[in-house]
Amino acid sequence: MSIAHVYKRDHINTDEIIPARYLNTDNAAELATHCMEDLDTEFVKKCKPGDCIVAGDDFGCGSSREHAVWALQGAKVGAVIAKNFARIFYRNCINCGFYPVELANATEVIKDGDEIEIDYKKGIINNKTQKKEIAFKPLPDFAIEIIDDGGLLNNIKNKK
Amino acid sequence: MSMTITEKILAASAGKNKVEPGDVIDAKIDCIMCHDVTTPAAISMLKAKAVDTVFDSEKIVVTPDHFQPAKDIKSAELHKRLDDWAKEKKIKNYYPIGKAGVCHALLPEQGHIRPGEVIIGGDSHTCTYGAFAAFSTGIGSTDLAAAIATGKLWFRVPASMKFVLNGKLSTGVYSKDVILEAIAKIGTDGARYKAMEFVGPALKEMSMEARMTITNMAIEAGGKNGIIGFDDITKQYLDEHLKDKKEYTVYQSDPDAKYESVLEIDCTKLEPMVAFPHLPSGGKPISDCAGLKMNQSYIGSCTNGRIEDLRIAAAIMKGRKVAIRTIVVPATPEIWKQAMDEGLFDVFYSAGCVLSAPTCGACLGGFMGILAAGEKCVSTTNRNFVGRMGSPKSEVYLASPATAAASAIEGKLADCRKYMK
Ligand code: SF4
Repeated sequence: MSIAHVYKRDHINTDEIIPARYLNTDNAAELATHCMEDLDTEFVKKCKPGDCIVAGDDFGCGSSREHAVWALQGAKVGAVIAKNFARIFYRNCINCGFYPVELANATEVIKDGDEIEIDYKKGIINNKTQKKEIAFKPLPDFAIEIIDDGGLLNNIKNKK
Repeated sequence: MSMTITEKILAASAGKNKVEPGDVIDAKIDCIMCHDVTTPAAISMLKAKAVDTVFDSEKIVVTPDHFQPAKDIKSAELHKRLDDWAKEKKIKNYYPIGKAGVCHALLPEQGHIRPGEVIIGGDSHTCTYGAFAAFSTGIGSTDLAAAIATGKLWFRVPASMKFVLNGKLSTGVYSKDVILEAIAKIGTDGARYKAMEFVGPALKEMSMEARMTITNMAIEAGGKNGIIGFDDITKQYLDEHLKDKKEYTVYQSDPDAKYESVLEIDCTKLEPMVAFPHLPSGGKPISDCAGLKMNQSYIGSCTNGRIEDLRIAAAIMKGRKVAIRTIVVPATPEIWKQAMDEGLFDVFYSAGCVLSAPTCGACLGGFMGILAAGEKCVSTTNRNFVGRMGSPKSEVYLASPATAAASAIEGKLADCRKYMK
């Protein structure tokens, strides 16, 4: 079961996902305790393993800190569904084996608290609360391969 | 077939004659910038995966800068991991404390940036180096690890947007004001995944320092890279700064190269700009916002912590006193020394500023100038996100060194032109 936590905001940036004052560590479990802190101090408490974040445009803009993805992974967030993503964050997600789902009307078709299920390969979000299936464009095959391998470095190693 | 400068550099790096926007290429990397926040993680990943090799120890430049000198035990541990690795791998261009400086000011100054090259760094403002007619972009730790081990990285060739800087900057208006205006026009995602190419007569009167301020902020519009063509000013800087390898390849955009959009900015009409919280796109002309009370002024960072910036600030502060906390941070040891030799430290001291060692420090809310809840800071840095320089309830106002200096004197957002003849 995955609950959607909807933030109807554009430009949710890496400083909000993990503030720079916590960048003196790269430990995911530690970073996770501050995940989304400057946006929503309750987030870590509300988020159950596998839950999703739903947001507007340009999610993850700002710094190149992969710590943002590690914090989300450490907090056991299952995926981020956003209208679109900032470039470096998007790339970091794939490299870390974490799904960025691009969905143009994300914050309109998913309401806060909806229960959802995502089929990443087919590109379908099943909104169980609203009993609706929503299609999205799945990632290109090479990116899915990287995510399936658990990230870019495993992928490089597997290819060797 | 015609190509832009970005396309030409990427094509060459992939050993191709021609690329188009959207093509995915495997680029050969010429230079990798490594600092204390994102590199230790990359090192650990490489160790964990047992691919702990360095593709070329001469093409990696290492400097701790974000939390240096170490601000606490945890950052000291990061520095130690970086230091151990740099020594173990015999990284030729390692700048430990004493030589360390804010990465994007240090690399060009120490002669590590060459036109035509592909440069990456584990830092979003790596786009700064595009001022030298190079392709340069920021990446995360995993990409960094992959590039350190293999010397290669895949890229999708970005479409290019052209920014034509027309006219001439008037007194009190700087390249920082130009880029704040450009970002205000297109928004923080206006150039997402795109190359931002800057051209036009106004560039001809900008030093390399001033140009770096422009390309530095390409990421604040979501750009993949910012880039400026090669000219006499580029050449002169390189002649003065390149050390061991002095040769490089100059690429220029073809006259009929394709651009996704063209934006013209009339620099003659520009006023000093201030970007209001909490996005770099919140730019307003000073005449619309002068008078807003500030608690701190911060002059430093990879955007505006170079010698030219300190000279501009000092010229305004000379013989005057600041009304609020004012922190001046020369970006590198060379800049620090130069500022001292030129007597700028006396000016800052007499004005009541505090001077720090080269560091990123408060630019990213690390240390050395953190804001309390409710405080406002006018800052020469590049980002004013929520909590960027401290409390999530504080506010950052981005501006040029001249505006930050004038605002320091008045204790409120001020028009620097008053203090100039
Ligand atoms: S000075 Fe600020 S923006 Fe520049 S590299 Fe350091 S933290 Fe990043």
